[in-house]
Amino acid sequence: MNAPACAITPSGADTLARVRAALEALTDPEIPVVTLAEMGILRDVRRAVDDPAQVEVVITPTYSGCPAMAQIADDIHATLQRLGVPGRVVTQLAPAWTTDWMTAAARDKLRAYGIAPPGRCGTEAAAPGERIVRFVPRTPEPIACPRCGSSNTREVSHFGSTACKALWQCLDCCEPFDHFKPH
Amino acid sequence: MSAVATDTDTVVIDYLLHLGDNALVLAQRNSQWCGVGPVLEEDLALTNQTLDLLGQARLLYQEAARLMGGEATEDTLAYFRDAPAFRNYVLLELPASLPRVGYAQGDMDWGVTLARNFLYSALMVPLWEALQHSAHAPLAAIAAKSLKEARYHLRHASEWVVRLGDGTDTSHARMQAAFDHLMPYTQEFWTDSALERAAVDAGVGVAVMTLKPAWEATVSDTLQAATLRRPAAEGYVPQGKHGLHSEHLSYLLAEMQCVARAHPGAVW
Repeated sequence: MNAPACAITPSGADTLARVRAALEALTDPEIPVVTLAEMGILRDVRRAVDDPAQVEVVITPTYSGCPAMAQIADDIHATLQRLGVPGRVVTQLAPAWTTDWMTAAARDKLRAYGIAPPGRCGTEAAAPGERIVRFVPRTPEPIACPRCGSSNTREVSHFGSTACKALWQCLDCCEPFDHFKPH
Repeated sequence: MSAVATDTDTVVIDYLLHLGDNALVLAQRNSQWCGVGPVLEEDLALTNQTLDLLGQARLLYQEAARLMGGEATEDTLAYFRDAPAFRNYVLLELPASLPRVGYAQGDMDWGVTLARNFLYSALMVPLWEALQHSAHAPLAAIAAKSLKEARYHLRHASEWVVRLGDGTDTSHARMQAAFDHLMPYTQEFWTDSALERAAVDAGVGVAVMTLKPAWEATVSDTLQAATLRRPAAEGYVPQGKHGLHSEHLSYLLAEMQCVARAHPGAVW
C-alpha cells in the first residue's frame, strides 16, 4: 500500500484508517475465504487528490474480464456508505495484477479451502515467449493435491470454474480440484 | 468527460477501436459455443477466453470513449455502431464453419474455431508484448494485462491444433481444411492501413510487419508438430481494417446489438 497521496488532517487520518480496516475485511466474491487485500486486488485507500473530502479506493482486476469486479466495487461502495464516508472506486491496471502479490496467509487459506495455490510466476510451463507445443502440459513444479497432499496430479483443463483457475485431478485420492493459476 | 477529442486523440481512438473491435467480434463469435461445447471442460475453456476478450474490448472501448468525450461510452461503441464503422480483421467475423456450410449452430466446426484462435493469438502475443511500450500509457497498461491472457489462449489453441492435426485421419483432414480456409484471411494482418500508420508515427501503435517473423515461426512450428501442410496465404486480401467487411459481420452485430437497440439505455 502506498502512502496517501496528499496531506491529511488528523481526523482525516482517523477516517482513512477506519475505512482501510473495514475494507480489509471484505472478501473475494468468488473465493470467500480470502480478503481482497490478501488477493492483491485492493491496492490503495487514499484521499482523492481533486476532492479531499472523498476517499478513493483503488482496485485492480485479476483478469480483464473478471465478472467479480462489479460485485467488488458494489461491496466497497456499500462499506463506504455504511461508514458514512463519501468515496469512489478507481480501477487501476498498471502494474498488471499478478498472483505473486498474494500473501502467504492467502495461499494457506486457499489450500484449506480446496484450491491449490499458485506457484511463483514463471516457474510453471508457458514461460514468456515459449511456443513449443506438446501434448502433455509440463509442470516442472508439481501441483500438490489440496486434500491429500500428493504430488501425483494432472491437469484436466487449463481453464476452470473461473478465469483465474485451472481444473486438476489427484491421481492418488482421485478427487478433482481447482488450481489457482500463476498469472 | 466532455472535452472534445484532438487530432492526436483521434489517432489513438482509431487504433483503440481497431484493437477493441478485434477482441469484441471474436468474443461474440466464440461465445456461440457457450453451452454447446464438445465437452464441458472445453465449453468452459472457450467461455473463459471469451470473457478475457470481452474484458479486453471493454478496457479498450472505455479508454476510447474517455478520449472521445461527449456521450461516448463503451456501450455506445459496442452497440450503436454499424458494420462499416468496425475495424476488426475479417478473419474474426467469419462463422465458425467451413465455407458453403449452413449458418445453423449445429454446423459449427471446432477445428475452424481453434485454428482461428491460434492464428489470432499467435499475432496478439507479440503484438501485446510490443504494445507494453506504447507511448499512450493506458494502452500500455491494457497490453500488459492482455498479454498474460493471450499467452493462455495461444497455448490452448496450439494444443488443439496439434491434437487434431496429429490425431485421426478425420481430425487431420478437418484441421487441414480449417487452415486451408482461414490462412488467406491472415494476409490482412500485414497490409498497410492509415489508422495503423498514424498510430505507429505517434509512437502509440506497433508496426505489425515487425511481428511477422515471430508469427511465421509460431505458425510453422505448430503446423509442423501437427503434421499439417502449411497452405499458401494468397488470393483476395480482406480489408476489415478499412471498414470493408464480409456479409457475416452485420448478422453477428445484429444478434449482439438488437437488445440494446430495442431498449436503449435499459439497465437491469
